[in-house]
Amino acid sequence: MVVPERTDALRTLHPLAWWCWAIGIGLAVNGTTNPLLLILVALSMVTVVMLRRSDSPWARSVRAYLVLAAFVIGMRLFFQLLLGGGRGETVLFTLPSVPLPAWAAGIQLGGVVTAEAIAYTVYDALRLAVMLLCIGAANALASPRQALRSVPAALYEASVAVVVALSVAPQLIESGQRIHRARRLRGDSSRGLRSLGRIALAVLADAIDRSMSLAAGMEARGFARTRGLHVRGALPLMLASVLSATTGGYLMLATDYRWLAAALMVAGVAGTGLGLRRAGARLAVTSYRPHPWQWRETLVAGCGVVAMLVVLGIGGLDPDQLGPALAAVLDPLAFFPSTNPLAWPQLNGWMLAVVALVLAPIPLTRTGLQRIPDAARTDVAVRSPRPRGRLAEAVR
Amino acid sequence: MITFEHVSITYPDARRPVLDDVSFEIAEGDLCLVIGATGSGKSTLLGAINGLVPHFTGGTLSGRVVVDGRDTARFRPRELADVVGYVGQDPLRGFVTDVVEDEIAYGMEQLGIAPAAMRKRVEETLDLMGIADLRSRPLVELSGGQQQRVAIAAVLAARPEVLVLDEPTSALDPTAAQDVLSAITTLVHEVALTVVLAEHRLERVMHAADTIAWITPAGTVDLGLPADVLARSTITPPLAALARELGWDRVPLSVREARRRVLADDIRPPVVAEPAPVHGEPVLVASGIDVRYGDLVAVRSVDLELRAGEVTTLLGRNGCGKSSLLWALQGALTHAGEVRVDGRDPAGLPAAQARRLVTLVPQTAADLLYAPSVGEECELADRESAAAPGTTAGLLRRLGVDVEPSRDPRDLSEGQRLALVLAIQLSAEPPVLLLDEPTRGLDYSAKADLTAIVRELAAAGMAVLISTHDVEFAAGVGRRTLLMADGELIAEGTTLDLLASSVAYAPQLAKVFAPSPVLTAADLAGVSR
Repeated sequence: MVVPERTDALRTLHPLAWWCWAIGIGLAVNGTTNPLLLILVALSMVTVVMLRRSDSPWARSVRAYLVLAAFVIGMRLFFQLLLGGGRGETVLFTLPSVPLPAWAAGIQLGGVVTAEAIAYTVYDALRLAVMLLCIGAANALASPRQALRSVPAALYEASVAVVVALSVAPQLIESGQRIHRARRLRGDSSRGLRSLGRIALAVLADAIDRSMSLAAGMEARGFARTRGLHVRGALPLMLASVLSATTGGYLMLATDYRWLAAALMVAGVAGTGLGLRRAGARLAVTSYRPHPWQWRETLVAGCGVVAMLVVLGIGGLDPDQLGPALAAVLDPLAFFPSTNPLAWPQLNGWMLAVVALVLAPIPLTRTGLQRIPDAARTDVAVRSPRPRGRLAEAVR
Repeated sequence: MITFEHVSITYPDARRPVLDDVSFEIAEGDLCLVIGATGSGKSTLLGAINGLVPHFTGGTLSGRVVVDGRDTARFRPRELADVVGYVGQDPLRGFVTDVVEDEIAYGMEQLGIAPAAMRKRVEETLDLMGIADLRSRPLVELSGGQQQRVAIAAVLAARPEVLVLDEPTSALDPTAAQDVLSAITTLVHEVALTVVLAEHRLERVMHAADTIAWITPAGTVDLGLPADVLARSTITPPLAALARELGWDRVPLSVREARRRVLADDIRPPVVAEPAPVHGEPVLVASGIDVRYGDLVAVRSVDLELRAGEVTTLLGRNGCGKSSLLWALQGALTHAGEVRVDGRDPAGLPAAQARRLVTLVPQTAADLLYAPSVGEECELADRESAAAPGTTAGLLRRLGVDVEPSRDPRDLSEGQRLALVLAIQLSAEPPVLLLDEPTRGLDYSAKADLTAIVRELAAAGMAVLISTHDVEFAAGVGRRTLLMADGELIAEGTTLDLLASSVAYAPQLAKVFAPSPVLTAADLAGVSR
C-alpha cells in the first residue's frame, strides 16, 4: 500500500533538490567575475535562505558563512595591498615600500596601489565568497544529514560515516569551549604549547567519549542488521559497468568512435544503477517518510542546472568565432569585465535571467518556518551556560 | 524473560570481576529496579542484558545471559534490538538523528519495517509518551525531561519486550522526573513491558518497583521483593532510613504506606528546633545580576547575599537559570550587575585572582581535570593556587579520598572525581564556594559524605551556595534555601519553611509527617512513640 505523503502545504522540499540548486549556482558563479552579477546572486541567495529556511539550529548557519565570505574578501584585499603588484596605471595611493634583500627578489612589500589591481582582486575574491555562500545556503536550507538520508541503500554505510564525521566538528568546538571555560575556573590562563596540548588531549578524549556513546546508541538500536541474504553478482556487475563507462569516456574524448563510446557509457551508467540496487537489497533498512521527488523538486534543481549552463555556456564562447550579430546577442565578454583597462561592468539580459533562476525557488516552494513557543527554547539555552555556543551551532 | 546464569564479568586490567557468579531471573512484565553503590556495576549489569557488555565495551563474560530465549553470547546488541530497548545515561549523546520524529523512526528503519506500519507506530508511540506536540522539534532544543521521553519513545517504537533504562531521572528536576516515571509505569501497566531500571535516587522510583536487584559490594546480586531487599541493603533511601530510625521491620515503599504506619502507631515527631541563624558577615553581595544569551534572558535582576559560615541551596526547574547565575557570580560568564567579594568584583579580575574570591565546581566537574594522573593534577593545582606543595593532596585526603597518585583521574569513581575537583578548587582558599549540581551519580553514602564536607567547610567560615535538583540532599545540607523560576529568585527562606510547605520540592519525610516540619531522618532522633 502506498501511503500518501504529507500534503503539499506541509511538505518541505527534497533536500537533494536544494543542494542541486545551490551547487548549480555555485558552479555558475565560478564561471564569471562580473561583480554586479555576483552581488545580485549573493543578495538573491540570502533572500531565498531567509524566506525558505526552516527554524532548526542548522538553519542559522548562514550568518557564519556570510562572515566567512567577508573574511575571504578582506584577506585577499589585505594581501593585495601588502604585496602590491604593478598592474594598471590608475594610482590610487602609495604605501611606504619596504626594501627586501636580494634573495627575495620578485616580492615587494607596500608600494603603489592601483585601481586596476584592487578591482581585479575584489572581483576574484567576490567569486570565491559567493561560492562559499552557495554552500552555506544549501546547509541552511537542508541539513547535510537530511540530504544523506536520501542516498541509495547500497551507499548507506558510507553515508553514515559521513554523517558521523559531520557531527564531529561542532562537537569538537563545543567541547573546546566547555574545557576552555573550565580552565578559567581553575585559574589556568597559561598559554603556549603545553597548555594547548593539555586542552587538545581533554577535547579529544571528550570527543571520543561522545562518539562511543553515539556508536553504542546506534548498535543498541540495530544499526547494520543485515537481512542475511547473500547478494550475488552485485560486485562483478558494478565493476564491469564502471569499466565500460570509463572506456566509453576515453573513446569519447580521444577517438572518433562517438557512437560506440556513447553506447558504452550508457551501458556503464545503467549497469552501475542496477548494481547499486542489487547491493541495496542486502540491507533490510527501510526509510521513514522518504521525500518524494516531484515536479517542484525537478524545477528547483533545474533552475540551478540551467543557471550553470547559461553562465558556463555563454561565458565559455569565443566572441571572435561568433558572427557579429550573435556576439552582440550573447555578449560573452560581459561575464568577465575588463579590469585593465578598468571598465564599468555591464549587466545584460542573460545575467538577469540567471538572477531570476536564483530567485525562482521563492514562488516554487513554501516557507519552512514553524512557530516554536519561546518557553520551549528558553529551557535549552539556559540549561548550560554557553557564552559563545552559537559558533558550535553555526558550524552544524 | 531475562535470565542470568552464573554470570561473571571482568574488565581488562581489573583485579576482580565487576559481577561475580550472578544468577537471577526477571519475570515478564516486572519493573525491576537495580540499585548499588557508585561504581558497583549497575551500568555493567544493564549493558549485559542487551549484549553491549561485552560485545561493545570489551571484557569477558562467563556464564549465560538469556533474554527472551536468545543467548547474548550468540546475538550481538544489534540483533537484540527488536527485543531489548536500551536508553543510556545521557540520552542526547545516544541520539542518531536531528529531529524527534526521525529519531523515533530510526530504530524501525534499521529493523526494516514497512513505511506504512512505521508511520502508524510513530503516531502511537508519540501519543503513548505524550510527546506528539514535539514531533518536528530539533532534539538539541528539547529540555532534559523531554529528551528522556523521546529517547524512551525511540526505543519503544521498535516494540521491544524489555526496556532497559540507565538512571532515567538523575539529571531531572522533581517534576520532570515524575513525568518520566509516570510514562514508564504506564508502559509496565498497559503495554506489559518488562522494565529494568538503574537509579541512585530511589525515592523517586522505588514505589513503582516490583522487584529490586541490589548489587552488593562483593559483586553478587540480591534480587527480591523491594521491602525485603531494602531491609537488607546498605543503600538507604529516606524511607529506609526512617524505618531504621523508628525500628520498623518493614521498609515502607511509598509515602502513603509510611504515613499510614505513622498514623497507626501514633508517632509524633519532635518539634524540630530551627537551627540558629548564622550571624556571619555577608561575604558575597550581588546586585542586579542579568544574564542574556542573544534575546533570551536567562537570569533577571537577581540580588543575593551569601554569609560566612552559611550553606545556601538553590532550587528550581531544569533550565531556570541556576547554572547561569552561578557562572555569573564566579565572573566567568558575561553579565550585567555587580558582584562584591571582599570589595572586589571577580568579573573584572584575571582568572587566577577571581578564583581566590569565588570558586565554582561546575556541573561537569571532570572538565577541570586534564593531567594524566591524580598526583600531577594535585601538583598543578598547588602551582595554580600558589599554595605550598602538597596542599591539594592534603585537602584530598581530608575529603576522605585516599588514592594512589599514579591513578588516572578518568578511572576514579564519580564521588572520588568530585572530591578531587573540590580539593583543586579549595586549594585557592576562597571565601566563597559554589557547587553546581554536585550529587549527580552519587549514592546515598557519598551524598552523606558530601553533606559532612560542606558543613565542615561552612563551620570553618566559608560561604557555600549549592544548586541542585536533589531535594533530599538540599533538605539535609543547608539552612537557607533560594527558589528560582524563569531567571528570577522567587523565594528565599529557611530550608524548613520552604521545603516542608512545597508541593514539588518537599522531601519524602516532610510528606510523611506533614504538617509537622520534618526534613530528614536525623530530625527524628528521640521520637516519642
